[in-house]
Amino acid sequence: MPTYRKWYYPYSSPFDPCPPLTRVPYETPVQLYLGFQPPGMKQFSPLQALSHGTLWPGLYTPYTDPYNPKKKEA
Amino acid sequence: MWYYEKKLQYPVRVSACNPRIAKYLMEQYGGADGELAAALRYLNQRYTIPDRVMGLLNDIGTEEFAHLEMIATMVYKLTKDATPDQLKEAGLGPHYVNHGKSLYFENAAGESFTVAHIQSKGDPIADLYEDIAAEEKARSTYQWIINVSDDPMLNDALGFLREREVVHSQRFREAVDLIKEEQGKKKVF
Amino acid sequence: MAKENKLPESYYTDLQALQAVDFTLVELTLYLDTHPDDLEALKQFNSAAKKSAELRAAFEARYGPLREFGHSYSSYPWQWSKAPWPWQV
Ligand SMILES: [Fe+2]
Repeated sequence: MPTYRKWYYPYSSPFDPCPPLTRVPYETPVQLYLGFQPPGMKQFSPLQALSHGTLWPGLYTPYTDPYNPKKKEA
Repeated sequence: MWYYEKKLQYPVRVSACNPRIAKYLMEQYGGADGELAAALRYLNQRYTIPDRVMGLLNDIGTEEFAHLEMIATMVYKLTKDATPDQLKEAGLGPHYVNHGKSLYFENAAGESFTVAHIQSKGDPIADLYEDIAAEEKARSTYQWIINVSDDPMLNDALGFLREREVVHSQRFREAVDLIKEEQGKKKVF
Repeated sequence: MAKENKLPESYYTDLQALQAVDFTLVELTLYLDTHPDDLEALKQFNSAAKKSAELRAAFEARYGPLREFGHSYSSYPWQWSKAPWPWQV
């Protein structure tokens, strides 16, 4: 199972004006890994599918605000 | 031709009168990587793409118009009862003096929509890679809007729209696989 | 005022049930566009289309026409152009 968020670590200079964020997140969602979708993947019910934005749990890659992890998941 | 259906693809609710978020949302309305640009891009490219993937461009292009309508609904709901002062505070003063409360195809910075960056190259691979990039750019725009929005009901619908970009990107990637396949060979899973 | 236009709570749940089935159809359409030989998905598509038609007919009987240009029936007087529109509800 791949992870859908990675980080990079920008160089921080003692002369940078803002306190460093140290690590910067970026998203690597499922479509980068799935390949040609295999037939017969497990499905959500129609109502669940609507609320997830896809019919297949295997295509669902939710996003959360990385700067406010407590914020309700989008 | 198209038939209008009198319903949104997904229910849109907002929790507060918040014209500032409406301004941010315009990026997906009249921005370079927004829903209008996506719809026009795919429906324009569909004429000169191999038959094998023509239907996909047609159908994703059509779905994008449903997304455009959702964004418009959000902007409308977030601004319809705002006072001119509230609009001014939200940075929508210039919009208001030019357009009142009407929607206008512009990005979050107030720049008018332009088709200048909607490419159609007539090369199937170039066009499909542009489409994949367009989906990834729209996905990131949704992420940045979610990061600056504190409206949980709005973020719910934005999460839906973001996930649609993931699915569209997946399908465009499959479209590339389909047209790069060796001809005369049968695909086996 | 527009008081008489107030929609019953059931409008929203009935609408969501229709949106759910129709969303499954959107997903299956895009999937079948790239997987035209998947017979199981095709069968599911056809049965979801039937389900959608049933839900749509029931919804329209209660709340008025959903589809433009003669793809929905209208009672008298002309129902189609009546508010509320989707962005207003
Ligand atoms: Fe899209």
